[in-house]
Amino acid sequence: MQMLVDWDYGTLSQSEDGKPLRVYDVAAGDVEIEIAPGLFFPAWTFNGRVPGPSIRCTEGDQLRFNFANYGSHPHTMHFHGFHTADMDGVPGIGRGAINPGEDFVYEFEADPFGCHLYHCHALPLKRHIHKGMYGAFIIDPKVGRHPAREFMMMMNAFDTNFDGGNEIYAVNTVGHEFMRRPIPVKVGELIRIYLINVVEFDLINSFHLHAGFFDYYDHGTTLEPTLKTVDTIMQAQGQRGILEFKFRWPGQYMFHAHVSEFAELGWMGLFNAVQPADYNAALAEVGLDEEWDYKGTHGSSLGKGNI
Amino acid sequence: MTAPSTISTSEKTSGFSGASWLLALIPLILLGVVLTYLVITGGGLTELAGPPLEQVSIQRITLPEPGIIQVEVVNGGPQEVTIPQIAVDDAYFYFTAEPSNTIPRLGRSVFTIDYPWVEEETHRVMLLTSLGVTFEGEIAAAVQTPTPSSNLFVQFGLVGIYVGIVPIFLGVLWYPFMRRLGGQAMSFVLSLTVGLLIYLAIGTWLDANEFAQELPAFWQGIPLVIFIALLTLGVLLALGNRRKSSESTPLGISYRIALGIGLHNLGEGLAIGAAFALGEAALGTFLILGFTLHNITEGVGITAPIARKNPGLKHFALLILLSGGPAIVGTWVGGFAFNPVLATIFLAIGVGAILQVVWEVGKLVARDSGKLGLPLVNWVNLGGALAGIAIMYFTAFMVKF
Repeated sequence: MQMLVDWDYGTLSQSEDGKPLRVYDVAAGDVEIEIAPGLFFPAWTFNGRVPGPSIRCTEGDQLRFNFANYGSHPHTMHFHGFHTADMDGVPGIGRGAINPGEDFVYEFEADPFGCHLYHCHALPLKRHIHKGMYGAFIIDPKVGRHPAREFMMMMNAFDTNFDGGNEIYAVNTVGHEFMRRPIPVKVGELIRIYLINVVEFDLINSFHLHAGFFDYYDHGTTLEPTLKTVDTIMQAQGQRGILEFKFRWPGQYMFHAHVSEFAELGWMGLFNAVQPADYNAALAEVGLDEEWDYKGTHGSSLGKGNI
Repeated sequence: MTAPSTISTSEKTSGFSGASWLLALIPLILLGVVLTYLVITGGGLTELAGPPLEQVSIQRITLPEPGIIQVEVVNGGPQEVTIPQIAVDDAYFYFTAEPSNTIPRLGRSVFTIDYPWVEEETHRVMLLTSLGVTFEGEIAAAVQTPTPSSNLFVQFGLVGIYVGIVPIFLGVLWYPFMRRLGGQAMSFVLSLTVGLLIYLAIGTWLDANEFAQELPAFWQGIPLVIFIALLTLGVLLALGNRRKSSESTPLGISYRIALGIGLHNLGEGLAIGAAFALGEAALGTFLILGFTLHNITEGVGITAPIARKNPGLKHFALLILLSGGPAIVGTWVGGFAFNPVLATIFLAIGVGAILQVVWEVGKLVARDSGKLGLPLVNWVNLGGALAGIAIMYFTAFMVKF
């Protein structure tokens, strides 16, 4: 639930040439995570969580990642975005794989704006991805987007018995989490989802919204929607985009992969749309507070204030 | 020189009650110390401790009512196992566990899953342990598990009668014909009985192993079958040798054949009952027809040893009941309260019992052949044995699938 709105803006300062500079500390490590009630998975993580921190910045920012590998295997950080080859985080190119106990600094400019991702690119790639080494990389356009309640949703899955097929599917790791705790939203407000698919082994994943339609910005690299008024979109692994929609009426609305198998193995959830007056009660019902509400509605502005 | 030894002997006997028992206890006390040390400290072997190994086996899947699946799980692994999630056909569903979803080593739990299963279709149940290991079980064709009702009880009983009692009764009707046979022909019939019993011994052995392989590892299923079969064989042979009348009575042999065949038919009944319960008995009548035909020779085998001397109707009735009756009991148990451990044990006893009568009837054949001045292995005897095996083999075409 926290990961929906948990943006990581890094530490903001001024670079030598006067640009905003954001510094992020990222540590790779082995952590056992709970991916469904009572079910534990030996994950490889960025900063001890799956998905890793949701990196958020603005187009044109200078980004610096102090990456340290405390894990048991070599890892890298490979960002989707413009950068030079030696910052690509691929074994054998530039610094290549960062061995356990070693560190490295990735540095480049945030470009282009959009909804991106980063992941470990060490070999074997499949294992490093499905073990949990990925995260959102959101670059806001300089001109900004319309104010909205924003959520980061990473469609992921886990192969708990290592047979090359997933046992648990989810958004943000925990299967069926949002069925147990519906996400509180307000009727009539603009909702924006940064949706990313990292599911390993399966060719496609999808997102379907009940009782509503959304505009879709593939990769989030445009200010105009690439698809208008749809209720289902499909994403290949590594594909991502931005969804924008509003609920017209109060009630509980499902969202899930329209791959029924994934849905029933954990990838389904509910939005709980309420009238603004009832919002605090809806928050309390699922154990959330005003801070969660604030982070959700101030995603693009929060990181700018503390320069 | 003898005096000291006498003294020492007397010392031993007098001291046995106290000090000697203490001597016997010392290794046990030390064993306790070593075990405690290992449990508490790990014995300096912590470096060797591998990843936890989880091993559970699904004993039985039942469908007690529409919308409910019950899975009986035994933990045969080295440590306790927790099952937090269960998926049916790749979908997670709510379930309850009795007594708990944490199963201690050698423990047993029953999981009740709310799943709207579909009549006559296949379902797969997948258990996920807390470490993400998966164990799968299959419902081949979903049919509501029969609950003991008087109607079903009667029906299963009828199945047992068709499979066990009827064919053996018909086989026994050859008895008057057998009594008119000459020495050589009688040798042939007894050899046929040996062949039939050899076939049954092998069949029962394979059935026992089939059940044994499904048992959790700690039961050591296949060695269990071997030991029980050998034990049964040994006990029956020892009982046979205790009779000082130099030779077993023909009626006694008949009873032991009936017992061995009875245990075999118990296995057949179990298999049929379990198949009905698991929804695998779509072949229903065809299967029963096959067993009726398959088992008819058993009546000949049971009565062959008593061809010389008619023991009276009462004994015939008892023989038929002893050999055919267990098919009825087996069908009931297989259908209503199947237990793979007991099934394995009973079939293993059957293997031992049948082997013992192979030995006894073989001796009868040897005696008859000796009287006729023929070697034990002659063309008539060999032909009889082969005929017995062939009849069983080819009639089994209708019941193996």
